[in-house]
Amino acid sequence: MRYAMAIDTKKCVGCSDCVVACQTENNVPIGYCRDWVVEVTDGTYPQLELEIRSERCNHCSNAPCVRCCPTGASHYAEGGIVLVTANKCIGCGACIASCPYDARFPHPDGHVDKCTYCNHRLLEGLKPACVSVCPTKCMYFGDLDDPNSEVSRIIKKRKWKTLIPEAGTSPELYFLI
Amino acid sequence: MATRRDFIKVSAIGVGGLALAGSSYGLLKKVIPAVKGNEKAQKVIPTRTPTYCEICFWKCAAWVHTNDEGKITKIIGHDSDPHCNGRLCPRGTGGVGMYYDDERLKTPLIRTEERGLQVFREATWDEAFEYIAGKMKKIAVEHGPECVALFTHGSGGAYFGHMLKAYGSDNIGAPSFAQCRGPREVAFQSTFGDLVMSPERTDIRDTRCLVLIGSHIGENMHNGQVQEMSDAIDKGATIITVDPRFSTAASKSKYWLPIKPATDIALLLAWIHEIIYNEWYDKKYVEKHTYGFDQLKEHVKDMTPQWAYGITGIDPNVIYETAREMANASPAVIVHPGRHVTWYGDDTQRLRAIAILNALLGSWGRRGGFYFPEKVDVPKFNHPPYPKPKRNWRDAFPGMYNLAEEVIASGICDATIPVPERECAFKGWIVYGTNLIFTLPDQQKTIKAIQNLDLMVAVDTMPMEITGWADVILPECTYLERYDEIRVSPHREPYIALRMPATEPLYNTKPAWWMAKELGKKLGLADFFPFETIEEQLDWQLKQMGTSLDEMKKLGVKKYERAADDLYLDENEPFEFNTNTGKIELFSTAILAEGFDPMPKYTHHEEPPEGFYRLNYGRAPMHTFSRTANNPNLTDLMDENTLWVNPKVAKLWDLKNDQYVKLKNQDGFVSHTSIKVRVTERIRWDSVYMVHGFGHRQPQMKRSYFRGASDADLITRVHVDPIMGGTGMRGNFVTFVTENLEA
Ligand code: SF4
Ligand code: SF4
Ligand code: SF4
Repeated sequence: MRYAMAIDTKKCVGCSDCVVACQTENNVPIGYCRDWVVEVTDGTYPQLELEIRSERCNHCSNAPCVRCCPTGASHYAEGGIVLVTANKCIGCGACIASCPYDARFPHPDGHVDKCTYCNHRLLEGLKPACVSVCPTKCMYFGDLDDPNSEVSRIIKKRKWKTLIPEAGTSPELYFLI
Repeated sequence: MATRRDFIKVSAIGVGGLALAGSSYGLLKKVIPAVKGNEKAQKVIPTRTPTYCEICFWKCAAWVHTNDEGKITKIIGHDSDPHCNGRLCPRGTGGVGMYYDDERLKTPLIRTEERGLQVFREATWDEAFEYIAGKMKKIAVEHGPECVALFTHGSGGAYFGHMLKAYGSDNIGAPSFAQCRGPREVAFQSTFGDLVMSPERTDIRDTRCLVLIGSHIGENMHNGQVQEMSDAIDKGATIITVDPRFSTAASKSKYWLPIKPATDIALLLAWIHEIIYNEWYDKKYVEKHTYGFDQLKEHVKDMTPQWAYGITGIDPNVIYETAREMANASPAVIVHPGRHVTWYGDDTQRLRAIAILNALLGSWGRRGGFYFPEKVDVPKFNHPPYPKPKRNWRDAFPGMYNLAEEVIASGICDATIPVPERECAFKGWIVYGTNLIFTLPDQQKTIKAIQNLDLMVAVDTMPMEITGWADVILPECTYLERYDEIRVSPHREPYIALRMPATEPLYNTKPAWWMAKELGKKLGLADFFPFETIEEQLDWQLKQMGTSLDEMKKLGVKKYERAADDLYLDENEPFEFNTNTGKIELFSTAILAEGFDPMPKYTHHEEPPEGFYRLNYGRAPMHTFSRTANNPNLTDLMDENTLWVNPKVAKLWDLKNDQYVKLKNQDGFVSHTSIKVRVTERIRWDSVYMVHGFGHRQPQMKRSYFRGASDADLITRVHVDPIMGGTGMRGNFVTFVTENLEA
């Protein structure tokens, strides 16, 4: 099993619903976030292009944060989800510094926090909160090892890219372009 | 360097992509307390209660989740509701913040100093009602009850409306008409004999071509439409966006027409020209259903793409091509009427041109065009007949605005300022859930009107600018803490939705139904409120609708069958439209009878003087008007607006990204607060743009106080639509003020 998420930049409108849904689902304190939205404008008026991306942890299969965590708090869970065990985390911040995507943040409770792919929802057979809420239905989530999963099929059908591939982290977050 | 905190907000970056220089959090707490494991499956079974969202008018049905302690945790869209299909928009998801905002109004307040100074004392509900009822009785005796008006935006306004009608006034106005969607309703009514309605009857999910004229779906987060536009993109529909700004919708479009502001009618007429003279119109439909085709053909004879090019700056080939795209998709094409359409004062005529274009393409009443919605009615309960008002707001405008089917809110404001030739000026205002200082154009006039009142009551959840002007403030509890009317709204199939409290009201706040009833009693109108509790009333109504309050508490929403299978026009049947001729009127007999052009004409609008730029404004997906600006969850996503400035203009004025400026308009008015510059290619060089709803100046609302600027400060010139009284607000020009920004 290999969990992955694909986000259609052609449909995302940058509304940040994914951000606030993640906050209310995962009790992320106000002022912090596990996902965020980036807009990139290219060109000059009126020859313009706009790419909108909802970003979060890439759940890399070669994750520097897991490698550098001194306590093993950062680890792989089933399906390749990168997680932090809060009570093992000493808050040293090595993982924060190692992540090329700035996907981690220090939770005010003292541990490092990040996107969990909503593991607790997956265990209940639900989709991640951000995927379930998105009004444009631009996010696809599932198992890349299953060729019939939504995410496998969309990645086969569409052109995509990952972020900062040159960092060699093998990200599992795909942007449909 | 971008901080991680900044990423919560949409971070807009220019060419070159994202450069992240490590993390901004160097220092971390060393001591780790035992924390709750965030990856453990939470095994709490939350309870959920139904509601429909009140953060905007779309009214999505939802479930409010509460935890073991009865605390609200999250709000999730109702899967069976066609307004949201299980997905709320960011504002609805962040609706929890409206409840948790600790700067809410908490108890009734009565003014103790001069009006507007915002000095109040806390009062009991009884005192507050006593005060209001005393004034209302006095006004009724001295001037007549017709001199009290209600401004309303939001569900609970219905209860105050009922109370006011019982008292003897039918002056119940919503700024959503003359300050927003009024022109489209009047235009579509005069063309098709029917309204666009809300939610809009646009069949976007099945359309093959969607044309947006300045409508920025995706930034205006009208949930169902955003969802359907996304479906349409999936199905490969062509989107054509006409906007001087490269909006989000423009970025999703096959064609973006970067039009010169205020010239849309010329483009629309050229499209009509192309569709008629290339014989691309739906001939059978036009022949069977429309009136005035020959006059229209003659009327647009010279309005060629070449002609429109000189006015709009849009390449004639693009005009031709986009007209052909629409025709190819016909009848599954939508030239979208938009929503906030009070722009330049000839708005009804612009919307008429849009309606005519739809008629030629045969999209009204067709799949992928406009469907015929249906809703169910909530049974009315018995009460004594309302007294017949002796006069109303229309008497202040003799012979004018006859086609306006709703009350003109700005007209009530105008008619509050006494003039010798008018018999009655308004003496009392009840303002429910609408921040008129930001909503009505020309703040000076609104304030002058308020200063002429004998009574000014504000009902709100937040200490908005308007509540500062009130004599009495009635704090309403949020939609998460109250019952309201049953939601019925027109859709493909009729649905109803229930709102019930998920929790007890915080502080000393109360629901509108209770306030209206208690105030009614004080006014001697108890007979008009036959039910002891709102539950009793709702249950009585729901039982006659084949359900009950108990059942609806479990269901949340309920679907009804359509009375007939008539979502679209039946091609084989005759159809009588509700117009003077019974046809779709390309040539409007109703508008002609009022003394206006029966077919739309292009008129030139004033352009910005040297050194000034047209002030455009719009919406952000995470906020609704000015009412959400203090919501902690939504402020987290966006806590100030920015001023979009083209790089060429920025260079000319030496403006840098993130620099704060104030704006001064053509009449010398300077924005009260300053706004951050966002230098972006996405805006034309002749205009600037900001999201409406920021620049609050209420110190009680700390999260929004002096954050960003308000377009309303600068809209002092209003172009009134002579047909229906709409207030055109896009004819204001601004220049930059970079000195003396504080104060
Ligand atoms: S909720 Fe969907 S549309 Fe909105 S920003 Fe997130 S991914 Fe984009
Ligand atoms: S998957 Fe869950 S934790 Fe990750 S960004 Fe989405 S909502 Fe947040
Ligand atoms: S569109 Fe958004 S704010 Fe409006 S009712 Fe729906 S969820 Fe609420």
